[in-house]
Amino acid sequence: MSDVGADADTGSGTLAPTSEHDLVEVIKAAIANREAMAVAGSGSKRAFGHTVGAPRKLTTAAMTGVSLYEAAELVMTAAAGTPMREVMGLLRQQGQQLAFDPVDPAALYGGEPGDGTIGGVFATNLSGSRRLTAGAARDHLLGFRAVSGRGDVFKSGGRVMKNVTGYDLSKLITGSHGTLAVMSEVTFKVLPKPETERTLAISSLDAAAALAALRTASGSPFEVSCLAYLPERSAKDVGLSQPSALLRLEGPEVSVLSRRDSLAALVGGDGTCDTLDAPASESLWVQIRDGAPVAAREHAVWRISTAPTAALDVVSQAEANGAGIAAHYFDWAGGLIWLAVPASEPRADAIRSAVAASGGHATLMRAPEDVRASVPVFEPQPKPLAALNRRVKEAFDPFHILNPGRMVPGDVSETPS
Amino acid sequence: MSLMMPKPEQAILDRRDDLIARLRDILPADNVIDDEEARRAYECDALTMYRQLPLVVALPETVEQVSEIMALADELNIKVVPRGGGTSLSGGSLPLEDGILLAMGKFNRVLEVDYENRCARVQPGVTNLAITKAVEHKGFYYAPDPSSQIACSIGGNVGENAGGVHCLKYGLTTNNILGLEVVLMGGEVVHLGGKHLDSEAYDLLGVMTGSEGLLGVITEVTVRILQKPQVVRGLLLGFPTVDDGGDCVAAVIAAGIIPGGMEMMDNASIRAAEAFQPCNYPVDAESLVIVELDGTPAEVDHLIARVSDIAKSHNASVIRVSQSEEERQQFWAGRKNAFPAVGAIGPDYLCMDGTIPRGQLSFVLRKMNELAAKHGLRVANVFHAGDGNLHPLILYDAAIPGDIEKAEAFGADILKLCVEVGGVLTGEHGVGVEKRDLMGEMFTETDLKQQQRLKCAFDPQHRLNPGKVFPTLHRCAELGHVHVHRGKVPFPHLPRF
Repeated sequence: MSDVGADADTGSGTLAPTSEHDLVEVIKAAIANREAMAVAGSGSKRAFGHTVGAPRKLTTAAMTGVSLYEAAELVMTAAAGTPMREVMGLLRQQGQQLAFDPVDPAALYGGEPGDGTIGGVFATNLSGSRRLTAGAARDHLLGFRAVSGRGDVFKSGGRVMKNVTGYDLSKLITGSHGTLAVMSEVTFKVLPKPETERTLAISSLDAAAALAALRTASGSPFEVSCLAYLPERSAKDVGLSQPSALLRLEGPEVSVLSRRDSLAALVGGDGTCDTLDAPASESLWVQIRDGAPVAAREHAVWRISTAPTAALDVVSQAEANGAGIAAHYFDWAGGLIWLAVPASEPRADAIRSAVAASGGHATLMRAPEDVRASVPVFEPQPKPLAALNRRVKEAFDPFHILNPGRMVPGDVSETPS
Repeated sequence: MSLMMPKPEQAILDRRDDLIARLRDILPADNVIDDEEARRAYECDALTMYRQLPLVVALPETVEQVSEIMALADELNIKVVPRGGGTSLSGGSLPLEDGILLAMGKFNRVLEVDYENRCARVQPGVTNLAITKAVEHKGFYYAPDPSSQIACSIGGNVGENAGGVHCLKYGLTTNNILGLEVVLMGGEVVHLGGKHLDSEAYDLLGVMTGSEGLLGVITEVTVRILQKPQVVRGLLLGFPTVDDGGDCVAAVIAAGIIPGGMEMMDNASIRAAEAFQPCNYPVDAESLVIVELDGTPAEVDHLIARVSDIAKSHNASVIRVSQSEEERQQFWAGRKNAFPAVGAIGPDYLCMDGTIPRGQLSFVLRKMNELAAKHGLRVANVFHAGDGNLHPLILYDAAIPGDIEKAEAFGADILKLCVEVGGVLTGEHGVGVEKRDLMGEMFTETDLKQQQRLKCAFDPQHRLNPGKVFPTLHRCAELGHVHVHRGKVPFPHLPRF
């Protein structure tokens, strides 16, 4: 980690508690001093969201270790700071994977794949290509322990799949970017890794036909786990010679092959069908999951979530509004759009007004820090909802000491007397 | 009946006529029910052991009316209890003597079906099954299927985060809804989610789901619809011991197979079902497992062979594979009749709903039989075995004085046992009033206070469905206090990097 070893007394260092008990102490002291903290795991997604202007940093990276992994019960419990590398390694040994498909931040922000922490994965809830069929991180956090901005240790959920006991705080904490509480431990669902996979690649369709094919496929009974369309430029960036509609099939071999044939017959008619074998399929979807087709150059990167049928309209409207799109592609059968635009001018208004017409939201995934300081990274909320969100924040962190302003710029409390 | 509900406020009871007049300004006269006879229909939900006449019943038809009622309730400081289909098994819509019962039954329209985006917008009073009925002609369905699906409303499903036999593979309500329109206390209308995924800001869509009517009133739901699988087939497996059945369930999951549904019944349930309506179940089996596999024909054939092999290696005495849709339905018939079947030998039963880690199944069943002996009552068990959700049915006779109390005490012991082995109090029925006083078994006082602070962010005066879920009501002002000693900084012992 880069920001090393500041003196405790100056208050400018990074605090790295090794236990939940120490985490409580750190937060209680911050409350006592009304001193905000920038909260992170390993910091692999530090460049995502607004920069927190707090003198102190708090990291969970020294709270590590998998305390429970019952492969047959499809459940794992890990300290929040456990590196993803370690989590994924253990799962691989048992032929398993996470029940969801988080984006690895390395392609967007640098660093090595697996640098992030499991706590950071839940704190950001960034879903990759399997989202449509597998759900998001928020769907698979079974339970957690955390320390609130009040200095209280609390837990929610449990380790079982089916649980409606009390409010579902697992949903609330997922995607809260460390602004409500600092997670100390997470319990989540895992799944067997599918026996094999193939990708059906359909080229020589225009964008509208390709996206229509994806929607038809996603409404078919052939259990397509990922559906993306890469136009020419982004296709080239991942080594595909043609713009391609990509349909990923996973499961037992006999099933994958028969579904591939059914799908080719259903949606491949007007295009040219190729099949990517398992290794090629797997590595292609890692790139699509992580935004690699738009991340390579020095552009600002947006992610737009909208209704799949709105995909093309959103892009053409954004372009008409002057977004200056340099590259783009579609995932989630069109429901997710990745855009690269000039870094100095992310054109938030051009993009957000294009999305507003169809419903959805636009997230500025990557931009220089000074740009992020002037543009809301996350979609601004309507007033009553923004007020409700603020009340929720204050129910957990009344003094705004945990990552103030990371989700909503300027969302800090007045200094209490 | 020892249930303590919040004490009725005399000041509100005194203003009943005024309230009714104000409600009639908002709603058509017929939609405000004040006479005792008609209110009687709303005095309980499916947890019939608790009953209470509501102060008044309001039947809004539009979101504007709901908003005005919520503003009125806020202005007059009156409690509101929302109600969907009235099928809650945990007393989630038990009325209050001094509260408005807000019955959402007139919100019964499917507003839009959007096949290309695989979703439907529906009003909250639409029944769960009606959603599937509205889309099945195009080969689609709505996945969560609680056993009350013919009567339960989608609004209530959201409130309770309802499950069903297929949630093993397809998830609970929370995994199958995309958007909500919600009226907050005070009358503000907010929209959460929509036709797109993973909305930003806090996941209030997720928080609303399963909040048991304590945070807001749902006036519209956007649900995800799925294409029906090409093939669905069942296996009926009988085992000589409960352990063999339980181990087989665990082995199927461990082998990487996630069936559409995987249900288990113990011998008492098997016999009750067979006696109620013959369904050709093996009455000598100590446990019966129904496995449903769905997908493409090639995949289903492949998985049936694998599950059959696993069953054989776990000493299955009966292995039947459905050869027709009719036979598959027949496998399910006894399971679906299990509750009324047990009711027939009861004469009354109390249905519990704990979830346990699957590996604890045998241990929990043995302990449960010991507890049955201790309380002098019988118990029959049906489980959503794949996800560890137990439904022990405790048999009692309400006509025998003291039997209800014995059944409740037995039920509480079962739920405590579930928590002890790492499970939870309720898998899909909700806390409501039924399990409210057991929350302390699973949560610390700090845990519960944090949950109630979330409630305060939505409803600072505790006007919405009070008396449910939380054993103790704390005033929001009191929950706001923070106790920290000023001025400490140090942590010299913490590593820094």
